[in-house]
Amino acid sequence: MQPGKDNKQKIIKGFFYFLLTLLVVISFIPFYMMIINATRSNADILREGFTLIPGTAIVDNYHVLLEYMNLWRGFLNSLIVAVAVTVLSSYFSALTAFGFAIYKFKGSNFLFVTILVLMMVPGQLGLIGFYDIMRTFGFLDSYIPLIVPPIASTFTVFFLRQFLSSVLHSSLIEAARIDGAGEFKIFHKIGIPMMMPAISTMAIFAFIGSWNNYILPLVVLFSPEKYTLPVMMGALRGSQVAQNLGAMYLGIAISVVPIMIAFVFLSKYIISSISAGAVKE
Amino acid sequence: MQSKLNKYGYLFILPFFAVFLTFTVYPILLTFYYSFTSYSGFGDAAFIGMENYQRLLSDNYFWEAFYNTLYIWGINFGFQLGIALLLALLFSDIRLKMKGLSFFRAAFYLPNLITIASVALLFGILLGWHHGTINHLLLDLGLINEPINWLNNPTTARWSVALIGAWMWFGHTFIILMAGISGISSDYFEAALIDGANRFQMFLKITLPLLKPIMLYVLITSLIGGLQIFDLPMLLTDGRGAPQGSLNTMVLYLYNQAFKFNNYGYAAAIAYGLFIITVCFSLITFKAMYRKSVKGE
Repeated sequence: MQPGKDNKQKIIKGFFYFLLTLLVVISFIPFYMMIINATRSNADILREGFTLIPGTAIVDNYHVLLEYMNLWRGFLNSLIVAVAVTVLSSYFSALTAFGFAIYKFKGSNFLFVTILVLMMVPGQLGLIGFYDIMRTFGFLDSYIPLIVPPIASTFTVFFLRQFLSSVLHSSLIEAARIDGAGEFKIFHKIGIPMMMPAISTMAIFAFIGSWNNYILPLVVLFSPEKYTLPVMMGALRGSQVAQNLGAMYLGIAISVVPIMIAFVFLSKYIISSISAGAVKE
Repeated sequence: MQSKLNKYGYLFILPFFAVFLTFTVYPILLTFYYSFTSYSGFGDAAFIGMENYQRLLSDNYFWEAFYNTLYIWGINFGFQLGIALLLALLFSDIRLKMKGLSFFRAAFYLPNLITIASVALLFGILLGWHHGTINHLLLDLGLINEPINWLNNPTTARWSVALIGAWMWFGHTFIILMAGISGISSDYFEAALIDGANRFQMFLKITLPLLKPIMLYVLITSLIGGLQIFDLPMLLTDGRGAPQGSLNTMVLYLYNQAFKFNNYGYAAAIAYGLFIITVCFSLITFKAMYRKSVKGE
């Protein structure tokens, strides 16, 4: 290749890398400002305005913040709910998908099609009825409305069933039966390991979905000590802390930074899950 | 042997359907029933026929919320898809051979992973009037002469929410588009290269048409999600969608009618109105995409 064309190609590529870097900066700068401002005192932020250099008030901000709200409690609550949702939705979706894929029973097609149709219904449609039923059962202000419904995750069942029909060898199951294994044992020893790649894909979505869920916990939880992190963040906005910008930034940072750290380790896994989820569709 | 065991099928799907009927199907039906009543959350629900739906049709607040929701989603989706497509064009170019795809994908995806409540709070103070970091920065750079009250003007408030949404979602859309592109055989591109096609021709004639199913997926999921936008307007405003109701979205309106004003019956009708709108838009999208693909063949 002639050197002139080579150089031109290099310049074009350099320009594109510059644009990409700019986009990375745009993706990160709000978080960077959050961390910087979390270390500055309220007076400093009001007086000095914009700066890229950290301050020294992080400990003071932390004390101001914790005086009003225990964000770590919200963190723990969110973690409890998200782990429970992930485990329950993974296990029962796998069980349901296995039931649909392995056994031929009357009405199975009809029931599966029902799942497909209702998969399209947006989540807010039944909110009013859901709230009313939870109140009738006395489940309000508990984690039951957040943890139990994900047992019936329509998309996860659909995804796992599709996956299972592409990897399943019925001879394996027949062999296990001849060896005297019960149906549930077969599910646990053969079904779950077989579905594991797809289960972990869906588990990531279940966890992220639960962790970020805002409207449902906002509606069903009343006691501040039961608040999940997003609801606590909402409450932070209307509290005394909002008077102190440094403490406010620190509160937001506490809710964000652990997720960023987790993402550094899990990003490959999460991104391949999103890709798989879209292409399998 | 198998036929005897088939009854296990019912046992395996039983927990799912027990929960599904109790926590999903029954609430949807109950909401439907309440939409014909004046239920206020307590006591009996008096049946009032179509009154809620008649009110909905002539309720300016609802149609304003509908307009706001579409406005915000439209700008958001335009930027989100535009940026994601340009990125996909760049990374799928076989002449450029850009490196670092996995790093950039991860970096662009990060904002999507952060809880929207935290994002809303963060931008709420970054966009503050006199003491917001964004105004401080723009003043320092000399781009503006006095601080802009971003969240207090209908236009800048809507654009702010839409662009925050685009910022959160372009990385996600980019990942999905790249997943679709990686499924396209490189033979097509190599053949086009030999035929002397330039990168825009290749993108328009090969990548885009073959990406159609994935684009439909992106469009429908974004639309359904976008019509339900709630967290950002709720937490960036007083919870009612100020300034001048410009951030009052449909789900925010539903939430306020039900849980602030105890108009459960009316809120149930809003939920079904939103549902009908969602179904209509999804069908129109399907139809439009399908027609185009027929013409293209």
